[in-house]
Amino acid sequence: MPSTSRRRAWLSDYTWPLGYVAVIMFLFLLYQAILPNLIDEVSGPVAAWLPVATINECLMWAIMALGLNVVVGYAGLLDLGYVAFWALGGYTAGWLMAAPFNWSWNFHLFAPVAETYPGTHITFWLVILIAGCLCALLGVVIGGPTLRLRGDYLALVTLGFGEVITQFFRNSNDIDGYNVANGDAGIPIIDPIGLGPFSLIKGVPASLTNSGSDNIYKILVLGALLGLCLFVSLRIRGGRLGRAWLAIREDQLAASTMGVSLVRSKLLAYAVGAFFGGIGGVANAAGITGAVSPSGFDFSKSVLVLLMVVLGGMGNAWGVTIGAFLLAWLNSNGLRQIGVAVGAASGKNLEAVLPRYNFLILGLLLVLMMLFRREGLLPEKRTKALMTMPSRIEMESVGAHIAEAEAKTKAFTESTSDADAEIAASASAVSPHLEPPPERSARSVKDTDR
Amino acid sequence: MTAVGVGGTRRKSAIRLGPVVERILGVVLLALAAIWLVWNLLADPTRFSGSVLIGLQNGLLYALVALGYTMVYGVIELINFAHGDLFMLATIVAAALMVSVLGVGHVGAVTLLPLVAALVGCMAFGAAVNVSAEFFAYRRLRTAPRLAPLMTAVGLSFVFRGIAQQDYVNGSAQKNWPIEWGGPIVEGVYLYKLLLVAAVTTPLLLGMRYIVSRTKMGKAMRAVAQDQDAARLVGINVNGTISFTFALGGALAGAAGVLYFLVQAQTYYDTGTQFGLIAFTAAVLGGIGNLTGAVVGGLAIGLIQSINEGGAHGLGSNWSQSVVFLILIVLMVFRPEGIFGRASTEKV
Repeated sequence: MPSTSRRRAWLSDYTWPLGYVAVIMFLFLLYQAILPNLIDEVSGPVAAWLPVATINECLMWAIMALGLNVVVGYAGLLDLGYVAFWALGGYTAGWLMAAPFNWSWNFHLFAPVAETYPGTHITFWLVILIAGCLCALLGVVIGGPTLRLRGDYLALVTLGFGEVITQFFRNSNDIDGYNVANGDAGIPIIDPIGLGPFSLIKGVPASLTNSGSDNIYKILVLGALLGLCLFVSLRIRGGRLGRAWLAIREDQLAASTMGVSLVRSKLLAYAVGAFFGGIGGVANAAGITGAVSPSGFDFSKSVLVLLMVVLGGMGNAWGVTIGAFLLAWLNSNGLRQIGVAVGAASGKNLEAVLPRYNFLILGLLLVLMMLFRREGLLPEKRTKALMTMPSRIEMESVGAHIAEAEAKTKAFTESTSDADAEIAASASAVSPHLEPPPERSARSVKDTDR
Repeated sequence: MTAVGVGGTRRKSAIRLGPVVERILGVVLLALAAIWLVWNLLADPTRFSGSVLIGLQNGLLYALVALGYTMVYGVIELINFAHGDLFMLATIVAAALMVSVLGVGHVGAVTLLPLVAALVGCMAFGAAVNVSAEFFAYRRLRTAPRLAPLMTAVGLSFVFRGIAQQDYVNGSAQKNWPIEWGGPIVEGVYLYKLLLVAAVTTPLLLGMRYIVSRTKMGKAMRAVAQDQDAARLVGINVNGTISFTFALGGALAGAAGVLYFLVQAQTYYDTGTQFGLIAFTAAVLGGIGNLTGAVVGGLAIGLIQSINEGGAHGLGSNWSQSVVFLILIVLMVFRPEGIFGRASTEKV
């Protein structure tokens, strides 16, 4: 029935936003209303294993992972320099939302700080857009020269760009005599997220600083941003552009033959991915750390985001989100808590020990994932086929030729002279110059095969 | 009949703008580099010559590590991201062997025996680690999409760094070792350092060249690089040959680790990433898969880097990485096959 199927489609289109809002609201209410009223035996472990700050970090990393998922998961372009966009987003926040480190342009635009405060202070919500656009531009600049490269060469060039941009920020206190971004010291104080008209509601703070009660409201803000990124990811994936990306990922040559513009699609993939990265950068600088410095933007962050994408399942927005939550939790709080728990059980103090193995555990995880579950925890069906399929060379050596030959033989043996005559007749109707085919009996065909 | 068929499809051969522009741009870039070199030489010849000496010393080390990249890439088309970190582990092993076990403090003629011992030990260590990495990880991924082994290599590089970061290995801070050098100092360069590096590196490079071009195993390596299936058909042990390639690369990285440790007298868990990337750039510069190219590329990158750092008109060591990576990016875009490589559409 068309009406029920339409209703089902409507439901599947709208169930996830409802579910997502429910999850975010539950998290918010958990910390705002439920936990403070519970006994310490219950609320203590929850606060220890899953503090509010960690939830916010997870949400921010999920935005980053969704952005990289567009580039790596959808379009299949391995980007090892994704940290560049995170850095540029953070520094955009530093330039537009902080007290001056080098210039004295006093400009306030819906900022949550006092009018008398010097420096450029633009509201978080506008800076997100500006940073996104700047990063998209940078994405196109990085993507442009790499259009012809594939696979591992592409990975290296993007890695090179990532390192160059980090080094640019590291040396930024003296770019030909100008102080562009304060060098190694970074930009210390960045404006908090302002809530604008929402602060008229009773109990809602005007700006979200790094205090515990304000952190709870950040769940809503970052959750809304992540929801937006999820929505965009899912909608683009189903649309024309998303299908073009998947086609490029699976076979670039075939895709371009079918009329997919490689240049346009790849540049758009970089731009969209970079836009998300810019949002993540601003969210990190303004919402989580409240400062930017170049030491945070190293190669290992790029690999961390890549690992989130791989762990969750490349190409699947939900899988990537879950992968990001898992790894961000492990990285910020989980390893320490597991150390505490194991230490309590074994009688040793392991709280500081386990986080030291951070690199080792992440690296081993990546290797093991690649060896045993290449498609990720929550794979997309299409990616799974791609990642577990042997490469073409193997197919040929195993017997793709034989399969092809069998198909041809089958076509020959099943053909009849009647069918041949029909094809010939229709062919001569189209092009009268063709001569009728020579007479051929079914018997002689049987003799020639095999 | 034939005239009808051809008439419609014949076209004037249009000028292909792309390659011409690219060639002009490439020549312009090379010319600019040459002008920059001469400019540096004229501005301050003594600083220039000092930089050249440092450049030679570093370049030879880059060449050793670049050979490991280029051989592995030549045989199984994998960028072994973990190679630089293997080199870093080798520097730590060398430090432990030479200083803690053998008690070397002042490098001189007496330390020849410990040096040989450390070289042998570190080369064996590098070869063993590299071969086991291939055996446990890369071998299973040979038929997988190319993304998979690449990410595995990134993961292994993290594992190596994680091991080196532990306090009982090297710790997360840079560690300085009490290694002293005597002998003449020219323009701030210890001549003996350069001599030692050259004396160890040259035989290794020549030996590598001999192995690949003259021996049966080298022939097998070249055959496997061309076509694994065909090599298997003519009776070559493909797995063994690939393992041998990894062993050679690992041994070279081990030797480079000993030399780097002796020259710099410091160990740091993050050495490998930067050094490895620079060495990989050297391999690409020379044409990846090409042994001579890797050596020439290593020397070229070493010279460019040191002149940039020490020359009169260089950007200084703050921008060292950026210069090298910009070279890498420009190379990849304009001439991915490198100086000595042959153009191939497959590899890019």
